[in-house]
Amino acid sequence: MNARDFGQLSLFIAGLLAVTPPLGRFMARVFAGERHFLSRILGPIERSIYKLSDVDPRHEMSWKAYAIAMLIFNIAGGAVLLAMELTQQWLPFNPQHLPNVPFALAFNTAISFMTNTNWQAYSGENTMSYFTQMAGLAVHNFVSAATGMAVAVALARGLVRKQASGIGNFWADLTRCTLYVLLPLSILITVLLAQQGVVQTFDSYPTATTLEGASQQIPLGPVASQIAIKQLGTNGGGFLGQNSAHPFENPTPLTNFIEMFVIFSLGSALVYMFGVMARDRRQGWAIWVAMFVLFLAGFATLWWAELQPNPALGLTTSSLEGKEVRFGQFNSALFATVTTDASCGAVNMMHDSLSPLGGLIPLTNMKLGEVIFGGVGAGFYGMLMYVLLTVFIAGLMVGRTPEYLGKKIEAREVTWAVIAVLAPAVVILCGSAFTMMYPAALKSLNNGGPHGLSEVVYAFASAAANNGSAFAGINANTDWYNYLLAINMFVGRFAIIVPVLAIAGSLAQKKTSPPSSGTFPTNGPVFTVLLISVVLIVGALTFFPVLSLGPVVEHFLMQAGRTF
Amino acid sequence: MSARSTSSIFDPALIRPAILDSFKKLNPRVQWRSPVMFVVLIGAIWTSAITIFHFSSFNFQITLWLWFTLLFANFAEAMAEGRGKAQAETLRRMRTTTMARRLQNGREEKIPASALKKGDTVVCEAGDIIPGDGEVIEGIASVDESAITGESAPVIRESGGDRSAVTGGTRVLSDRIVVRITSEQGNTFIDRMIALVEGARRQKTPNEIALSILLVSLTALFILAVFTLPAFAHYSESAAGQTNAVNVSIPVLVSLLVCLIPTTIGGLLSAIGISGIDRLVRQNVLATSGRAVEAAGDIDVLLLDKTGTITMGNRMAVAFHVAPDVDEGYLAGASQLSSLADETPEGRSIVVLAKEKFGLRAREMHELEATFVPFTAQTRMSGIDLHANGAQPTISIRKGAAQSIQSFIESGGGVFPQAVTKAVDEISRRGATPLVVAEDRQALGVIELKDIVKGGIKERFAQLRKMGIRTVMITGDNPLTAGAIAAESGVDDFMAQATPEDKLRRIRSEQAEGRLIAMTGDGTNDAPALAQADVGVAMNTGTQAAREAGNMVDLDSNPTKLIQIVEIGKQLLMTRGALTTFSIANDVAKYFAILPAMFGSLYLAKGAAAGPLAALNIMRLHSPESAILSAVIFNALIIVALIPLALAGVKYRAVGAAQILIRNLFIYGVGGLIAPFIGIKLIDLALVALHLA
Repeated sequence: MNARDFGQLSLFIAGLLAVTPPLGRFMARVFAGERHFLSRILGPIERSIYKLSDVDPRHEMSWKAYAIAMLIFNIAGGAVLLAMELTQQWLPFNPQHLPNVPFALAFNTAISFMTNTNWQAYSGENTMSYFTQMAGLAVHNFVSAATGMAVAVALARGLVRKQASGIGNFWADLTRCTLYVLLPLSILITVLLAQQGVVQTFDSYPTATTLEGASQQIPLGPVASQIAIKQLGTNGGGFLGQNSAHPFENPTPLTNFIEMFVIFSLGSALVYMFGVMARDRRQGWAIWVAMFVLFLAGFATLWWAELQPNPALGLTTSSLEGKEVRFGQFNSALFATVTTDASCGAVNMMHDSLSPLGGLIPLTNMKLGEVIFGGVGAGFYGMLMYVLLTVFIAGLMVGRTPEYLGKKIEAREVTWAVIAVLAPAVVILCGSAFTMMYPAALKSLNNGGPHGLSEVVYAFASAAANNGSAFAGINANTDWYNYLLAINMFVGRFAIIVPVLAIAGSLAQKKTSPPSSGTFPTNGPVFTVLLISVVLIVGALTFFPVLSLGPVVEHFLMQAGRTF
Repeated sequence: MSARSTSSIFDPALIRPAILDSFKKLNPRVQWRSPVMFVVLIGAIWTSAITIFHFSSFNFQITLWLWFTLLFANFAEAMAEGRGKAQAETLRRMRTTTMARRLQNGREEKIPASALKKGDTVVCEAGDIIPGDGEVIEGIASVDESAITGESAPVIRESGGDRSAVTGGTRVLSDRIVVRITSEQGNTFIDRMIALVEGARRQKTPNEIALSILLVSLTALFILAVFTLPAFAHYSESAAGQTNAVNVSIPVLVSLLVCLIPTTIGGLLSAIGISGIDRLVRQNVLATSGRAVEAAGDIDVLLLDKTGTITMGNRMAVAFHVAPDVDEGYLAGASQLSSLADETPEGRSIVVLAKEKFGLRAREMHELEATFVPFTAQTRMSGIDLHANGAQPTISIRKGAAQSIQSFIESGGGVFPQAVTKAVDEISRRGATPLVVAEDRQALGVIELKDIVKGGIKERFAQLRKMGIRTVMITGDNPLTAGAIAAESGVDDFMAQATPEDKLRRIRSEQAEGRLIAMTGDGTNDAPALAQADVGVAMNTGTQAAREAGNMVDLDSNPTKLIQIVEIGKQLLMTRGALTTFSIANDVAKYFAILPAMFGSLYLAKGAAAGPLAALNIMRLHSPESAILSAVIFNALIIVALIPLALAGVKYRAVGAAQILIRNLFIYGVGGLIAPFIGIKLIDLALVALHLA
């Protein structure tokens, strides 16, 4: 710990605080279909998209129509990606002549990118052609992010509208998000990254001769453009296998900072946007602060854990194994926290190499549902589900039917909210428990002991939370993991989105009761503290036993100097 | 009713049947209504079977305490129901089995009361028991309603007006009335009352359903979390190269499960709901559904009738203010004449004032050959038409609100004097009520009626404001008068010159803005508003129409009761929230008791006394068995410990939501985190001392 680290942390926080309000205000205008500084330039494109696809952006959809449009769009997109992977050897832009992707892996990857997970059971440079990367994966990086944000906006609309039947138009939300938010920011970030040395080329891989005289292929590609959206859209699927640890994906301290920063930017701005839409910024800030406190607490723990000596290795200083020396403890810890707070999953180190308690943090972040700023859109609506539970449990204690923003939280909302909060937990527990009972699946583990258990649980948590990062010590490219994790990713995405939309639809129809001194205030510090407690207690209670058999016991064993 | 007087939570007379009921309620079909407890039942049966085949002291004790958990929850419900049952008994005894005297084509015939149909007319004379709910259509009688209200003083029931409703099972003390039966047998007031207090047809209220869904989901999740645990445990065992290091036997898993699922709130949920209604009944208020009680907690606006709620009820005439060129004595005389047939307290007070000031004696109506013109909501005047000595044309004297008299005078071509308007305004500004008296389109002057605001009502309204509830005073007075009383009493808003239609409109507009409204009413013309309001409390003295329209009936006919009703509703919701929070917060400590007990010897190093996870045993519990047992016992005993709270409700204070929240969070949230650590440790010490583990 030194002044430079604290300086960087302060810069990170200050930057986040600086971009959140303007970006949030801008997005509020974009999604409301109002005029803004980009509508003059890009407005004609937006309108021609609607004309070409015969969409009336003013047509309000019911939640069911919205959900169906969203599902059709995602599933169709996933199917196209799957077809592309299965036929890439006959498609253009394949200078390395990479073969077609095997079905199980292609299926897993299609679900993975469709669900904004970007779990990669492969290494991009030796599996995916440039065409698949750009026309398939990168497109999904955009639209899966836009889907998440559209759902978040639809939920916000449901909360702030009064006795309305519609929650917006999915096609308009998708178009506006991509055109006005994701594309311009991606272009800006691409230029910044390329300037710093992230590669951007269609050339085939050059061959170099190493100092030892061996010949080595050096993977290249249109990396910078993909990294921008990978970080911005909290996708996390690297162009190259090493992800952001690779010097071509993340060459300098500045790119590292940018890559961490943009992961949080949209998630944070969405919360502010919610405050704008609710006409009470404090509603947004109350949630923002809860997220921020959880982020800071997680980061502090992880950083502290990484700075501790490892008695099992006989080290008296902290370990850098699995980390990029150029990033060091601080930047590795911060990146690992940020990427799992949000559902990004980009990594600049091996999470597998984190100390047991350090590894507990990413694992916990994902198990909480990645609601700490979270995936674009997903973090906001995921946190809102916790908000509804908080309001429901604690709101009763003030002696009224629980309300949030004046909307009564009743049986219907509670039902959908518990489905959204519990569905990921169900697939994580079931998936990892089945795996632990299936000897063939355990052969994929590179580590024994509690760490092996952590690897499996991490994989399922990462899939269900749509994170996509891995405790890399597991060989996940087997049918068992490919299919099971695909199920986890699908459930972890749509078993949340559909309930969220249902809640949005149900709330939109309700009357809004005006606040009084008798209503439970949700825009102050008490609520923030309460929300943090509910996230921790409800989110973590289920996983306490498993975590105690994984990272917790591993920590004690490490202290005792035992390895497996 | 005698049962109503038992106010202590644990009435010894109720405990014995409640214990018996606790066992009867073990019936799976009864348990199924609370899925959380149903899971405990399955667990108890499962461990019982295991204990029979693999007996051990540990298995036996776990099984025993699981059954106790169920019995304790049943006991809570039985206790809550017990008081209702006692009341239902009393009510049943008085449900009439006597004969009714039905009028058929003008002839009287005796038929059993149970054969009465809606629309039948019956005759009741002194000593008769009224055979069914109905409306007096002829006559006036004093009726003993103590059986339902507990109030021994007889009440007057008469045809027409707002005191025409009679209740089956009450007794006529004097005179004769003819009653039209308004409800079918089996659906009478008393039948509904029995069903309500007995909880026989108790349906879950909306909020209770929502909470149950949350509890069931948490339970399902914990079932999954607990029963996937063996998979992780067995992997860990083999990774550690150990055998039988982890105890994941069924009794242990069931113990963990029962400790984690929200049994505290799950076991007490129905008792909370029943006792909420019971608290209302003890306030002499009957709700037609639990839903109404819950809605009472959500009320944002109280529409309160000025008279009887905010003021003492009776306005008294205190002065006559004459119009120019009118003798005060003449005004007093006209006032007296116009009030002779006016049986309202105001009317009587005018007669009294006239007598006091000018020695005017009351005259008989028939001597004057006069026709009484009654007050209607439309004309808003009353008075008298005199035909004495064949006077032609008749002299008509009217008294009423200034506006109505003014339009009465002006419509007849008269002029309403400036001085009278001035007097009216002055009186109104003082908060008193002006009644203008006119004779044949000429204003004679103003009677000043004074309202007396009830003591302590201002403080009460201030409390309500803190609770976030606005009070709106409803009055037929003019805006000036209403404003003055509103200021004196401290209500937030008032509606002057309100007609029943105005009331209904106000309710609708408040509801359109998302607010929930409560009101009281007694007249037939209140019925639409009572039905529209979210909580409509009808006065028992009111008409049958009002009683049917509202969703609550106040047997004491006390409009101020509305405030208590709101408090009871809030208390009900608060109690649920507090116990849910407590229940969930408890889980943290239970993990710290059970997990180290299960996994304490996992990854045991050679020669070490305990494995690494024994470090989680921060309570330093004696042994794995004692730890698990202590957690299960704590889980069972906490239900018993919280029965008084469930039955009496969380203490309610009239402060803002933010303060209530912080207070309850501290007690039930933080308390819920800490209490089990202490409780489990103490039980563990006791178990060791008793050599039970």
